[in-house]
Amino acid sequence: MPKATEKKTATIAPSSPPPAALGQADDGSGVNRRSFFSWLSIGWLAFIAATGGFFTMMLRFFFPNVLFEPVQTFRAGYPDEYQVGEVDLRWKGEYGVWIVRNDEGIYALSTVCTHLGCTPNWLATEQKFKCPCHGSGFRKTGINYEGPAPRPLERFRITLSDDGQIIVDKTKKYQQEKGQWGDSEAFLKV
Amino acid sequence: MDGFKHLVDTLSRPTILVTFTFLIFFFIFPPSDWFEKWHRRLKFDGLWSKKSLWIITAILVGFFVFGLGDSDFRSIMLKPDNVPITGLIFLLFFFTWIAMSQAYKNDALQEAGLPVDEQYDAPNDKVLVWPDLVYVELISIVLCSAFMLIWSIGLPAPLEEPANPSESPNPAKAPWYFLGLQEMLVYFDPWMAGVVLPSLIILGLMAIPYLDNNSEGSGYYSYKNRKLSISIFMFGWLILWNLLIVIGTALRGPNWNFFGPFEYWDSHKVEALTNVNLSEFIYVKWMSTGLPTSILFREIWGILIVLGYFLVLPPLLAKTKLKGMYERLGAARYSLFIVLILAALTLPIKMYLRWMFNLKYIIAIPEYFFNF
Repeated sequence: MPKATEKKTATIAPSSPPPAALGQADDGSGVNRRSFFSWLSIGWLAFIAATGGFFTMMLRFFFPNVLFEPVQTFRAGYPDEYQVGEVDLRWKGEYGVWIVRNDEGIYALSTVCTHLGCTPNWLATEQKFKCPCHGSGFRKTGINYEGPAPRPLERFRITLSDDGQIIVDKTKKYQQEKGQWGDSEAFLKV
Repeated sequence: MDGFKHLVDTLSRPTILVTFTFLIFFFIFPPSDWFEKWHRRLKFDGLWSKKSLWIITAILVGFFVFGLGDSDFRSIMLKPDNVPITGLIFLLFFFTWIAMSQAYKNDALQEAGLPVDEQYDAPNDKVLVWPDLVYVELISIVLCSAFMLIWSIGLPAPLEEPANPSESPNPAKAPWYFLGLQEMLVYFDPWMAGVVLPSLIILGLMAIPYLDNNSEGSGYYSYKNRKLSISIFMFGWLILWNLLIVIGTALRGPNWNFFGPFEYWDSHKVEALTNVNLSEFIYVKWMSTGLPTSILFREIWGILIVLGYFLVLPPLLAKTKLKGMYERLGAARYSLFIVLILAALTLPIKMYLRWMFNLKYIIAIPEYFFNF
């Protein structure tokens, strides 16, 4: 420490000699043009490494080791448990799925409005899904016909397991506007 | 009494309310000489006199006092969320009145060749700050803080049950200051109403000082010197922003249906709202053929209309109706101005198309998330 103060006073002192030519080592003050640039580079590199490391670690948080989310595939009981012509609300709270049975079979509708993602309500008397946020309305099939929703509700993969139970797989979506509702696993023929 | 409530409910229907406001607006805030002539002939300039302030405030207060006797009206207006809107209706009128009456006073002064009210020849190029300005600010800060404190204690935030992704409240309303945006979302695709148009609003507000090269009326209230600018701004501010907030607060009920202020919020109110895209109008209804499979052929009419609206209309207007403005502003300013105005006007246009023809989207390409 005393050494440093000594240097400082030496440079400030009016009697000190004029600085040496640029680019050359001067009389022991330790910093000349060249070493200043190497220190500057080291400083910037350290800064970039630190911020880069910080953002890498932050990015890492977007990919957690364990996802605490409900399972995406679930067993929804036997086909006989669903009435023809009814919209079944029992999986709405837990999995976000409406299971609907019509004359030909069963399909699983997503409960996420295709406008901005609110959860529509099933109005049994009016036979429609009606979103409380911007008034989008969907028919029982999931087709949008009221309000601003630009496309129909999505359907999930629905299959039968070996023991005859329905399996709904939410990882696979079927979108009507892409012509996917005709796919074999978008609709369970019963 | 019931007859009056029924009348208010009928007048509150969006088609009637919005049409009436649009029609009357430009006679109250005249953008041109022609409108100003009628503005004076219809005696709307009397709106900004002291007498009108008292009369209109009395009418507003009387209406609210009468309305609070009705349980449906009371439950909407006194809901803690909505109290700011009730206050906003009064404050909006008051501040518009104060600015406009001062502007009219200055207009009269200027006409008589006198200096305007705000004219202040600063001695030694200095203005009085301490204590003149600072004291007023201090008193305002203390009063506003006291008011906010009492308000927050008197009307606690309406805490509801824990959030549940599978149950959206019915109706699910945005915070009051976003209700205008939420109303916009009813008529547009989320991308348009949620991202593009709000960005344009902010850009447009930032562009105002560069677009408006009229140096008159700077630093003091006036109307005559900048009729068009004030009229356009007031249209955006009072109608496209605040009227939509009031509509969203007071007239939107369960399932996002329209309800009159004295109407019971029946969640089973049935309204026929089957919406049809322009392509379906053209191919299915008028030409009685199915929709073409090619997206480009299906949507070509809508694309042509939108391109025409934004690319053909501006030069057309520059040659005809807005010739004077085009010459005054120059090509760059004029283009920016007219595109911003046309973008703002898409909102009322789409509102009417929805209400009158149940038209949903002019261009509808859900395959690629593009709807307009």
